[in-house]
Amino acid sequence: MASGHIVASFDDDLAELNKMLARLGGLAEKQFADAIDALERRDIQNIDEIIARDAELDEMEFDLNERGIEIIALRAPVAQDLRRVIVTLKVASVLERIGDYAKNVAKRSRVIIEHENNKSDNVSLARMAALVQQMLNQVLDAYVSGDADLAMDVRDRDMEVDRLHTSLFREMLARMSENPEQVSASSHLLFIAKNIERIGDHTTGIAEQIFFLRNGQFPSDERPKADKSSVSALGRN
Amino acid sequence: MSYEGENKIQSTGVQVYYGETRALHGIDLNIGANEVTSLIGPSGCGKSTFLRCINRMNDVIEGCRVEGSVFIDGDDIYADHMDVVELRARVGMVFQKPNPFPKSIYDNVAYGPRIHGLAPTKEALDHMVETSLRRAGLWQEVHDRLGDTGSGLSGGQQQRLCIARAIAVNPDVVLMDEPCSALDPIATAVIEELIEELKSEYTIVIVTHSMQQASRVSQKTAYFHLGNVVEFGDTSQIFSNPKNTQTEAYISGRIG
Repeated sequence: MASGHIVASFDDDLAELNKMLARLGGLAEKQFADAIDALERRDIQNIDEIIARDAELDEMEFDLNERGIEIIALRAPVAQDLRRVIVTLKVASVLERIGDYAKNVAKRSRVIIEHENNKSDNVSLARMAALVQQMLNQVLDAYVSGDADLAMDVRDRDMEVDRLHTSLFREMLARMSENPEQVSASSHLLFIAKNIERIGDHTTGIAEQIFFLRNGQFPSDERPKADKSSVSALGRN
Repeated sequence: MSYEGENKIQSTGVQVYYGETRALHGIDLNIGANEVTSLIGPSGCGKSTFLRCINRMNDVIEGCRVEGSVFIDGDDIYADHMDVVELRARVGMVFQKPNPFPKSIYDNVAYGPRIHGLAPTKEALDHMVETSLRRAGLWQEVHDRLGDTGSGLSGGQQQRLCIARAIAVNPDVVLMDEPCSALDPIATAVIEELIEELKSEYTIVIVTHSMQQASRVSQKTAYFHLGNVVEFGDTSQIFSNPKNTQTEAYISGRIG
């Protein structure tokens, strides 16, 4: 909608809700980036701080929720305005969830850093993390600019995340069977990979919400999926 | 006899002129039986003018000319042989301000059946008055004072009395022109609940300035602007995902 509301304070309310979501998104993105950074640099210093900061995300989501409900109660939004408020509430809860995954990555990273016998760098994990970070960043841009095409572009890239996850899963199974002393670290690494893969899925969900916001309907095609880790086993491809 | 959703009223190319001024520019609108259709739009958009075409209330306005056609149950209501008095019994109307006759509650409701000769006996008339007042949700409140004057009732009660009066002649269609604009929210809710109940027996067309009333009571909504129907569709679609940007601007309170 190009033109503003006749009651201009309604526009102010919606703008404020958008700002709250942008801040929430920014913090969720930072939490995820910091957790990956701590793992990659084997830096244990920041981990407590990342874990503690999750409470801020929870609080921001709570505040946004209250503001959204207030707007529905007082302004009775319809059509795109209503979709804007509902989508913002949903995306906020997804971002809060992404924060939970980031916190879990941080927790597991600490175990890996403290207990691994030899440094177990993983190329697939690094690529996955970088890709999902980029997707999350772009989906938040797409939300702010209302760019449904960019959102769909992000959604398409989730296939690559799924492929990387499947390949990493197989690699880890092989590594654990060859090096029993790495089972502990590798298991945690597997869960971290799963967390990242889930963040990718949630990012895709946000992309679909942006599409809905713009078009009043969800994308008609089935979301492409390529995660085969749940059917993978040793000795089988 | 019509069935729910089946076209009850078919209008084609309806144009209305007030002297030289064209108020409606060719309205094609089909209104389903036993459902509520809301006509919304800014003041002067032609929604009330269109409503009045459905029972030829425009006939009484000097200099008003109607072109195009309106069919109810397949009957051309603008045909030469159409009896307008009979038409208005088939198509009842409720107005913005409750306008009970300066008569008793009983006589307000009995008026229509009397002039149309619908009640052969006093008992039959009593029965019609009671049934109509019951359907209008007013019986409980007035049954022990039917001889009191109608204008002594509260605004909401008066409006329900007018609804009872409209349905006493057993119409197929009830037209309502902003029926709640003079009522408080409680009386409004009572009327809205009544509309919901009445739609099983009547086809209802309502003009309203309250977007929320349109979304609460109707199954279909038509958005009028400058004498045209800009968009017509399921009320849920119009209010959640209008196809037309003008409709979206109007319902969401934007400068169109």
